Amino acid sequence: MQLLKKLLATAAVTAILVAPAASQEMRIALVVKSLGNSFFDAAHRGAQEAAEEIGDVEVIYTGPTAATAEGQIEIVNSLINQQVDAIAISANDPDALVPALRRAMDRGITVISWDSGVAPEGRQLNLNPSDTALIGETIIKLAADYLPEGGDVAILSASSTATNQNAWIEAAREAIPEKFPDINLVTVVYGDDDSVKSTNEARGLIASYPDLDAIIAPTTVGVVAAAQVVTDMDLIGQINVTGLALPSEFKQFIDNGASQAVALWNPIDLGYSAIQIAHQLSTGEATAEPGATIAIGRVGEITLDDDNNAAMAAPFQFDASNIEEFSQIY
Amino acid sequence: MTILDQTAAARPQARHIPDRLDSPLKAGLFSWEMLLVVVAVAIFVANALATPYFLNAWALSDLTFNFVEKGLIALAMALLIISGEIDLSVAAIIALASTMMGLALQWGVGTPGLVLIGLATGLLCGAFNGALVTRLGLPSIVVTIGTMSLFRGIAFIVLGDQAFRGYPESFAFFGQGYVWWVISFELVLFVVMAALFWFLLHRTSFGRTVYVIGNNPVAAAFSGVRVERVKFILFCLTGVMAGLASVLLTSRLGSTRPSIAMGFELEVITMVVLGGVAILGGSGSITGVVLAAIIMGLVTFGLGLLNVPGIVMSIFIGLLLITVIALPIVWRRVREGQAE
Repeated sequence: MQLLKKLLATAAVTAILVAPAASQEMRIALVVKSLGNSFFDAAHRGAQEAAEEIGDVEVIYTGPTAATAEGQIEIVNSLINQQVDAIAISANDPDALVPALRRAMDRGITVISWDSGVAPEGRQLNLNPSDTALIGETIIKLAADYLPEGGDVAILSASSTATNQNAWIEAAREAIPEKFPDINLVTVVYGDDDSVKSTNEARGLIASYPDLDAIIAPTTVGVVAAAQVVTDMDLIGQINVTGLALPSEFKQFIDNGASQAVALWNPIDLGYSAIQIAHQLSTGEATAEPGATIAIGRVGEITLDDDNNAAMAAPFQFDASNIEEFSQIY
Repeated sequence: MTILDQTAAARPQARHIPDRLDSPLKAGLFSWEMLLVVVAVAIFVANALATPYFLNAWALSDLTFNFVEKGLIALAMALLIISGEIDLSVAAIIALASTMMGLALQWGVGTPGLVLIGLATGLLCGAFNGALVTRLGLPSIVVTIGTMSLFRGIAFIVLGDQAFRGYPESFAFFGQGYVWWVISFELVLFVVMAALFWFLLHRTSFGRTVYVIGNNPVAAAFSGVRVERVKFILFCLTGVMAGLASVLLTSRLGSTRPSIAMGFELEVITMVVLGGVAILGGSGSITGVVLAAIIMGLVTFGLGLLNVPGIVMSIFIGLLLITVIALPIVWRRVREGQAE
């Protein structure tokens, strides 16, 4: 027991001696769903870029090994005890993290969620990668950019009941008359996010519409199937395939010319924006309240809705100039 | 000397029956528990030296949340493993008990009812495991791998990708409340339960039968021990403790999702083994398991304060487990080598 007491006393004294004076640097924790995921490693790169741009910001990049809410709660608890200035989290569970994050906010820590949000009572602000209107507009723009004189396009979607895709297609229809008057959306077909069905639907489109200029697939399965069909039928140069695609899966079709460009959320920009926003909320330069606008450096600016949700930007475009780089990331 | 005298003379001194006859290290300073105390103190000191945020009442209080729920199950699991059985379905029981509490919440059940339903679900799951093992004579490792999928499967069928939320404020006390200053309800409950389990295993005849069964179930049966009944009770006890852990965890998260407590079973078993319970049964102590639970909390929280990635943390816990288990064996080899 004597030994134990001595050890404890030594430890206590040493801790006091070692404890550094509170540093001037702002510490922002970037908490991700799980480590060892290249999507989040890319977000970390963006976060560091933002930290360098702002100066005097230290980014703590952390996350559990398995993507569990319990693991993230342990991390949040340890961040509270480290008295970090802000936590920017991509949550494994929108509800389970609320009590822990509320405790963090009670201790004066700025809390925002990004990528995968937390319920409103557990954060000050939630940053979504994009929103319905921006996605709808982007998928048409991807085709229109390469059709200067206009043309016929068709959409190859996931299932006819897919909520996300239906909302995007509706937004696309609304954007066409005003912003892309020369684009003619001839039809929407459904490949059910199944490779075989998507392939058959793409072949059907090409047979039914001989003048078709572009196929737009706002689903990562459909876009690969359509590009494969165009490649197999030697229609490269006649039909441009575009939509929402994972760069790593889609790189070969940008390389062979079946597609000019596709788009998806950009994790680097997400990490960059999360740090920019967390920093401004923590210093008080910006406040998180409905209707507020916050400038996020090179990415632009966001406007908060009634629940303090914000959309970062239109999906990020991948073409021959950058597909190589992003295919390494995700 | 008459026969009567002999028995009377023997009576005052209760005979001490060692759990392990082969280990001289169990004696005095070289006991497993002492080794764990040394490890715990070493990690405590290392934490205090490595980060300025560790020696703080709130930090130490937050630390306990890293191990209490798993530690509660480990107490019952220790008895089960000492008796020669195992339960891999404890994390799935947490998920099912939490789902049942969530369903009850939808029907308007209040806080006391929710706690009862959580505990009752745990008890029923434990009884189901126990019945399959003792009535049908199936190996517990196989049965509980099965029920692990079964219990969590039911939770997934009920909830899918949805969540139950909106637990009453009074329910939040179990996982988020403090009894006094930094002393959480969870910690008090753990201390009380540890004392109860210590008494049950080390001071009652039921506890002795658990050791006897673990050492030799056949001899136990011939000695009049109702082996199957004791094992059934242990499975029920483990189920109830998993139900209790479910109440605490659900309260702490404030919501239920079918993926709740994913992977807890391995951490519970790690605690039990690190605590010195022989994985094949027959020996172990509650003191060791409690120390192991604290060590796990110290390691995960300390590394968390240093922002060590979770992957490195798992490696560290794996190494700790192997080191602590290998150390006494290596030590014994060395001593035997010197003796020759």
